[in-house]
Amino acid sequence: MKLNSKIPSGPIQDKWDNHKFSIKLVNPANKRKYNIIVVGSGLAGGSAAASLGELGYNVKCFCYQDSPRRAHSIAAQGGINAAKNYPNDGDSIYRLFYDTVKGGDFRAREANVYRLAQVSNNIIDQCVAQGVPFAREYGGLLDNRSFGGAQVSRTFYARGQTGQQLLLGAYSALNRQIAAGTVQMYNRHEMLDLVVEDGRAVGIIVRDMVTGEVERHAADAVLLGTGGYANAYFLSTNAAGCNVTAAYRAYLKGAGFANPCYTQIHPTCIPVHGDQQSKLTLMSESLRNDGRVWVPKSKTISEKIINGQMHPSEVAEEDRDYYLERKYPSFGNLAPRDISSRSAKEACDDGRGIAHNAGHNGVFLDFAASIDRLGQPKIEERYGNLFEMYERITGENAYKTPMQIYPALHYTMGGLWVDYNLMTTIPGCYALGECNFSDHGANRLGASALMQGLADGYFVIPFTLADYLAGTVGLANAGRTATDTEAFNEAEDAVKSKTNKLLSVNGKQTARSFHKKLGQIMWEYAGMARNEEGLKKAIELIPQLREEFWSDVRVPGENGELNQELERAGRVADFLEFGELLCRDALDRKESCGGHFREESQTEEGEAKRDDENFCNASVWEYKGPKEAPVKHTEELTFEYCKLAVRSYK
Amino acid sequence: MKLTLKVWRQKNSNSEGKLVAYDLDGISPDSSFLEMLDILNETLIERGEEPVAFDHDCREGICGMCSLVINGIPHGHERQTTVCQLHMRHFKDGQTVTIEPWRSKPLPVIKDLIVDRTALEKIQQAGGFVSISTGGVPDANATPIPKQVADVAMDAAACIGCGACVAACKNASAMLFMSAKVSQLNRLPQGKVEKDRRVLAMVKTHDELGFGNCTNFGECQAVCPKGITLDHIAKLNRDYAVASFKNIFGGVK
Repeated sequence: MKLNSKIPSGPIQDKWDNHKFSIKLVNPANKRKYNIIVVGSGLAGGSAAASLGELGYNVKCFCYQDSPRRAHSIAAQGGINAAKNYPNDGDSIYRLFYDTVKGGDFRAREANVYRLAQVSNNIIDQCVAQGVPFAREYGGLLDNRSFGGAQVSRTFYARGQTGQQLLLGAYSALNRQIAAGTVQMYNRHEMLDLVVEDGRAVGIIVRDMVTGEVERHAADAVLLGTGGYANAYFLSTNAAGCNVTAAYRAYLKGAGFANPCYTQIHPTCIPVHGDQQSKLTLMSESLRNDGRVWVPKSKTISEKIINGQMHPSEVAEEDRDYYLERKYPSFGNLAPRDISSRSAKEACDDGRGIAHNAGHNGVFLDFAASIDRLGQPKIEERYGNLFEMYERITGENAYKTPMQIYPALHYTMGGLWVDYNLMTTIPGCYALGECNFSDHGANRLGASALMQGLADGYFVIPFTLADYLAGTVGLANAGRTATDTEAFNEAEDAVKSKTNKLLSVNGKQTARSFHKKLGQIMWEYAGMARNEEGLKKAIELIPQLREEFWSDVRVPGENGELNQELERAGRVADFLEFGELLCRDALDRKESCGGHFREESQTEEGEAKRDDENFCNASVWEYKGPKEAPVKHTEELTFEYCKLAVRSYK
Repeated sequence: MKLTLKVWRQKNSNSEGKLVAYDLDGISPDSSFLEMLDILNETLIERGEEPVAFDHDCREGICGMCSLVINGIPHGHERQTTVCQLHMRHFKDGQTVTIEPWRSKPLPVIKDLIVDRTALEKIQQAGGFVSISTGGVPDANATPIPKQVADVAMDAAACIGCGACVAACKNASAMLFMSAKVSQLNRLPQGKVEKDRRVLAMVKTHDELGFGNCTNFGECQAVCPKGITLDHIAKLNRDYAVASFKNIFGGVK
């Protein structure tokens, strides 16, 4: 496996422009001759499919839900970053770039991040033109707020539903292309394999989830915008259907998988209520603008609160530990996600958690001070829908009793390795949005996921894809439709035999119960803090669980029908393999960085300690076969513009 | 908690369905309605029976995938709450709960509690967009938009496209759903440019797909999990009247 990042030469602010000039173009009249497959319809996939359709390409877009509007980008609450500097508070492209690289703990590629910051402003313009109703001031101009890891207000938002509004914007653009006939939409279709022929991606195998029919689709290029893999942990803030299958199948077909151990644990989620829980719900990070995070200073008070003997508001100021404000005075409650999450864990491990669950895992997010300062109506205006959501789930009124929060799996920075053009190590196979690895390093800053998904789909792939189509595929071979080749036969046979195998085990345990067990292993050994012993244990336990799965899973029903258990079992089977890869990567990366915290590598104060001498790189894993261990390659990261420094938010 | 569930079971779109009763025990009041169904399905699979098929995804009330009629009310009896956000603490121990799919001709049942909402997609494809392509747009602050206009547009844009309004309507009208998009875009300067075309095209498609007309009962507003109000239907009707009038004189192309 060769890793050529294809970073353009020249000063960082000129790289993207130079690159756009030097790569090949497809003439407008020739675009319709090329067939493109886009898998996923979220911010990355949806915006890519729409933009490519507008340019005139023949696009097929696939999603597993009943409509592209359901993709999980829709659940993002807080906002989207851009370097507009509308508030006149010192922001710039360079600062957004710098903050993102630093926030990612210096494990992202500088050139990609700079490009992201450059196009961030175009995204806001684009969305406004689509009719996205961003929040506005009385003067009619756009409002901004601040988010974790930044000292400027650069986040644009639409109440607590920014992801929804941005996705519906992309969805409207996609609808326009569906109506125009440039995009064919395949709802309720799940990608089960990537077809690679002569070393190039030439199509996919999908299952029609209503009829069970397995279909072949050919194209000149395949774009994956299939999201992250947080559901490997069973409990996460991802949608129930989010899965790693498409990305993992690409990995099995030769795409390098980069930094699978970089997972983001979001500090403000609603604590676990019990063992019937199926998912965790995020409370937007924006709440930390006005909420103060605290736990009691003493265990005795925590116990009294849990037992209902004391109301949180009765705890005297001097008995409260506002631990983020104490430890990180300059960023306070807006310390980055990884740091805030670990601090919450520390407080709860210290016995001062306040939630009514096993381990008492929960801390307060208290709005009392802000309500005193600004009045309840202002807080309602800013976060009303979040408070309602909190009350629906917990039955508690957060205007009266402080919210309880605890970290949960939320986002994954790792993903398919891509070059500057967003192409994986398989020519013709691209990865966009959360499913690639490139922009967030070891930790993503708030409001940057929406930015990256849309940057990739609207403003990067429309240019970079043309280079491959014009340069490698060529006009003579454009418009691939043939699916009667050996590569397609093999891929389809593999899909069908896996399905048959799942249906024929006929054991006793459900796919969900295996998923839950895998999640417990992952959270225990590869969660917020990891160590060598634990990771080795996980690498031992996961293959055992996998074996048990294949000998005792029960998948009712047949293939030739709508069969949700079959869908689930297929996804869990892939998680059972992928989870091991994640743990291997976490074991291999002996340093702490961003969301990856190795207990062996910390400072005296308990902060993450990077090892730039040995790990200033991206780990890229190559699949070698079912019985072989994957092989690691590395892409060295160089920092010419950001100074490699200890990340300090104090 | 103990519950008796009466669940609509239907093998596929061609077969007949019926309500089947199941007894369920040990449900935590803190569980969500869908978590309760998860437990029912786990029990069914372990007993060697077919689990109940139902649509769901984000489980946080925003994707619009979940679509159950609970005791006769789309999304159940809690106001402005999707099924996935409905929690068992709102039910009584020992209660009988009837669970059915959306019922309306344009949204046919695919299996058990899953319906086909392709018709809603087609309404959006008819005009639920601003006809601009990626790139070449003005600066985001070039056009100031009064806060109150942006706020009402946002109220409308909050629609999650679940289809509860159709399921609740005795005419199977999708007017509330359609009006949410029309009201959002037609109100904003970006969308005003083609407001006549949009409203005519969307209403035409809506009618062709077999959705009924609005007769102002307001059932849709009562069940809407996002609080979309009839005001948006009023806006739709007004815009439709204006566009139709202009159209008589050949003004809308």
